[in-house]
Amino acid sequence: MKVSKNEMKDMYLRMERIRAFESKAQTLFAEGKIPGFVHLYLGEEAVATGVCECLRDDDYITSTHRGHGHIIAKGGDLKYMMAELCGKATGYCKGKGGSMHIADGTKGILGANGIVGAGQDIAVGAGLSISYRGTDQVCVCFFGDGSTNQGTFHEALNMASIWKLPIVFVCENNNYGISMCQARHQHIKDVADRGAAYGIPGVAVDGNDVLAVNEAAGEAIARARKGQGPTLLECKTYRWRGHFEGDPGNYKPKAEQEAWLKKDPIPHFRKFLVENDILTEDELNRLDEQAKEELAAAVKFADESPEPDAKTVVEDVYSDIVEEARVR
Amino acid sequence: MKKMSIGEAIREAMSIRMREDPNVLLFGEDVGAFGGCFGVSAGMFDEFGEKRVRDTPISEGAIIGAAIGSAATGLRPIAEIMMGDFVTVAMDQLVNQAAKMRYMFGGKISLPMVVRLPGGAGVSAAAQHSQSLEAWLTHVPGLKVVYPSTAQDALGLLLASIDDDNPVMFIEHKAMYGMKGDVESFDPIPLGKGDIKRAGSDVTIIATGNMVHAALSAAKTLDADGISAEVLDPRTLYPLDKELIAASVGKTHRVVIATEEVKRGSFGSDVAATIAEEMFDLLDEPIVRVGALNTPVPFAPVLEQTYLPNAQDIVNAVRSKE
Repeated sequence: MKVSKNEMKDMYLRMERIRAFESKAQTLFAEGKIPGFVHLYLGEEAVATGVCECLRDDDYITSTHRGHGHIIAKGGDLKYMMAELCGKATGYCKGKGGSMHIADGTKGILGANGIVGAGQDIAVGAGLSISYRGTDQVCVCFFGDGSTNQGTFHEALNMASIWKLPIVFVCENNNYGISMCQARHQHIKDVADRGAAYGIPGVAVDGNDVLAVNEAAGEAIARARKGQGPTLLECKTYRWRGHFEGDPGNYKPKAEQEAWLKKDPIPHFRKFLVENDILTEDELNRLDEQAKEELAAAVKFADESPEPDAKTVVEDVYSDIVEEARVR
Repeated sequence: MKKMSIGEAIREAMSIRMREDPNVLLFGEDVGAFGGCFGVSAGMFDEFGEKRVRDTPISEGAIIGAAIGSAATGLRPIAEIMMGDFVTVAMDQLVNQAAKMRYMFGGKISLPMVVRLPGGAGVSAAAQHSQSLEAWLTHVPGLKVVYPSTAQDALGLLLASIDDDNPVMFIEHKAMYGMKGDVESFDPIPLGKGDIKRAGSDVTIIATGNMVHAALSAAKTLDADGISAEVLDPRTLYPLDKELIAASVGKTHRVVIATEEVKRGSFGSDVAATIAEEMFDLLDEPIVRVGALNTPVPFAPVLEQTYLPNAQDIVNAVRSKE
């Protein structure tokens, strides 16, 4: 599959956007400006980017607790994301969801999710809907290695395979389910092997190589669009940070961390682009600047946005009922 | 006017909407050519085909997940959970996903989905196929909960449930599917509107599902004693028709609440608490609850009948107020 210069440029920019957003989220959380929990996508940028480059706005994704990268890669707006993380009224969810519950119906983003594995079952529904309506859309379901031990993984892959649903199950194998490394939480090396259990292709790729991810995802997505059913695509990557900010990740061996830091997907891709005369250093620097500017605008937007009106707490539970407010 | 069983009324409501709206579909375990475990969807497979009346593997979590994902992307699914008890297997999808999505996402995603849940005891199906888990459902913000007691109500309420843009839990009592009644209207019955099944002036018996019929039978017995009982069926457990309850209690000043649930922590308990908090001045006497024993549902008929509340329990509860 030939990847155009524009696509390469776009992928580089998307990765830089995610990197900038996550780095800032890390700082803002440390400064106490983001309440709650934050699970960062740092180090895994090539996966969401390589996959989402193949998607259209009318395609769907389901995401996870570590969802910022997926949402940015699928076209989510940094301003509304940052405002949501900061609990502002202008955020994607009006401050009702936070980091783990961002959704954007206009971009087919069916939601990040605080329950490990839950998006797998929801993806089946999106796939069923596409198949029922007979369109050529697809649904990409992102999840981590840890979630492949949940019952939802089995239920969803089984159901998607018998109905040949247009779903690409993308396992981001970052080697950890919270504190348990993969070797401790499952007795296989390649999650992709599990595709055989459902009679569907299981493909493993280097998840830090955005072009490898893009190529494998492109094939899986093309299969899905043609009605040839689901694929299990495993992207091997690494979670740089702890499970959440505040988890020092002491369970990760130092040598392992250092080895993976050297495999940072962004400089790796940048080097490739320069060495193959696809983009110049100048062009790349301009993209870096663009990502920084977008981020600065997002932070400013979040900063200047008001907190939600306390009265809105009882709204949006139902389409047609406003719950009773407390009288004080 | 038409005589219809509750099962037929449910089938009729689904079929009416499926004929009108191609986005409505039914799926669940054995709902297809098999016709559903209780025969509720019998014949629908032939009329609508395998895509719209779709058998699923035995995967309750993925059934609810499929309803969520398809509802979020433009369909209006009806999911059947073969036995209401099995919804416990799918509780994450129902409680953490379906119920919360609209709120978590700031009102930006609608989930027009119905989950049909055959519940209730009385057929020796024992502890895992007989429960009344109403309280589990009404406890969760984001779900609407409906429980019809007649064929007319089943038809009208299911139409309204399919039309609703929120996840609606539609409880069907498995021992009542064959219960026949007159169906005069083929229009939706708005959710949140209760119904006075029998007018009376001395006591209000608030009852749901099969207990509505126990309450009607109790009311006849009480009539002979010169006690005029009003039987109020909320029909929708959430949103609850508090206005109707207040109007009735304002008239009778006495309340008995009869539900088939285990009494502890029940939906009926919440109704009692609501009346005590909001309508205390209307009451002349303490509220009495009638429910099942606080045990799992037993198997042997004699044990099950001992477990279940019945008309006599309601009569006794009313008389305890004399």
